[in-house]
Amino acid sequence: MTAPARPKTRFTELSARERAAALLDPGTFRELIGPFERLESPHLEPQGVVPACDDGVVVARGDLDGERAVVLAVEGLFQGGGIGEVSGAKIAGALELALRDAERGHPIRPVLLLETGGIRLQEANLGLLAIAEIHAAIVALRSHAPVVGVVAGTVGCFGGMAIAVGLCSHVVMTREGRLGLNGPQVIEQEAGVAELDSDDRRLVWEAIGGEQRVATGVADTLVADDVAAIAGAVRTAFEAGPPAEHLSTQVERYEARLAEMDASESLDGPTLRALWRDEGEGR
Amino acid sequence: METLNFDYPASQPVSRRAHVGVVGSGDLEVLLEPSPDQQAHITVRTSADGFGEVWEAVLDRFFARNDLAAAVEINDSGATPGTVALRLAQAVEESQS
Repeated sequence: MTAPARPKTRFTELSARERAAALLDPGTFRELIGPFERLESPHLEPQGVVPACDDGVVVARGDLDGERAVVLAVEGLFQGGGIGEVSGAKIAGALELALRDAERGHPIRPVLLLETGGIRLQEANLGLLAIAEIHAAIVALRSHAPVVGVVAGTVGCFGGMAIAVGLCSHVVMTREGRLGLNGPQVIEQEAGVAELDSDDRRLVWEAIGGEQRVATGVADTLVADDVAAIAGAVRTAFEAGPPAEHLSTQVERYEARLAEMDASESLDGPTLRALWRDEGEGR
Repeated sequence: METLNFDYPASQPVSRRAHVGVVGSGDLEVLLEPSPDQQAHITVRTSADGFGEVWEAVLDRFFARNDLAAAVEINDSGATPGTVALRLAQAVEESQS
């Protein structure tokens, strides 16, 4: 009667907890501040929103190729992966502990699995503060160890957490993944449908999809939506070590790029890709 | 959002705790732990108000079939009764594995 279920190989079909476990070396997954700690948001229930017992973030320790690793996985299905006070503190705190390990000479491999719209609006400033702490922790940590970000989909990564991706040493994306400061729906809502039709999937993915982001040098590795492919790409990124120069320190280069552009003309994804083609060759 | 509480008499202890599911649209998470007494205690927090009778029917049926001295916490994001029953069964299976 009970036929064995087809093993899931699509990364995007997995929950945050399953993603973290699938990424780490088999049998090494160990969760910190797990569901039964009940470290949930104190801000949601008073606003009539059902909380989650892990506040939508999984903190996992384990190994990657036998090296100690910490994986922070955001659950995109809970409140769109929005970062609140607690979920943000879990990420920032884990990165700060990883920094302390690295400073004491214990090598660590930090990985962020991001599916998030950015700030959780119900927690406003507290979420903003947490994201600022995450940014600071990534910048401090990346001088000791590469910090690898993964944006697989299906939510994508937006807002302040897209800035966090920009601070990472290496970014892995799938075609399904999207990365941008403002999400398409937000742009349409604020600037009108003439500015951006968020239902136009081709337009959206040509602008902020994984293929475009890798081709224009904003992300580093484009992989299939497959557990083994993503796990392999993350390990390869750590083997390669830190980039010669992090993307977020190349201010003058990008300012010069922007100065070359004519803001009076509409710029679409394919045009930008032609302009920045050489960017995709690596940082 | 609404919070509901249910209790059922029970005799079989739960050996392991279990956590299944996600608080995402149409889904729910279940936290199942050993109960401190000879009863099953269920706390439901649900995003959909006014479905107390449906929860009662689903849980009555489940605990009539499953004698479990368990403390169960449910965080629900509008799951259907079928999904609720499946998640409960999954949590029990996990706690016995």
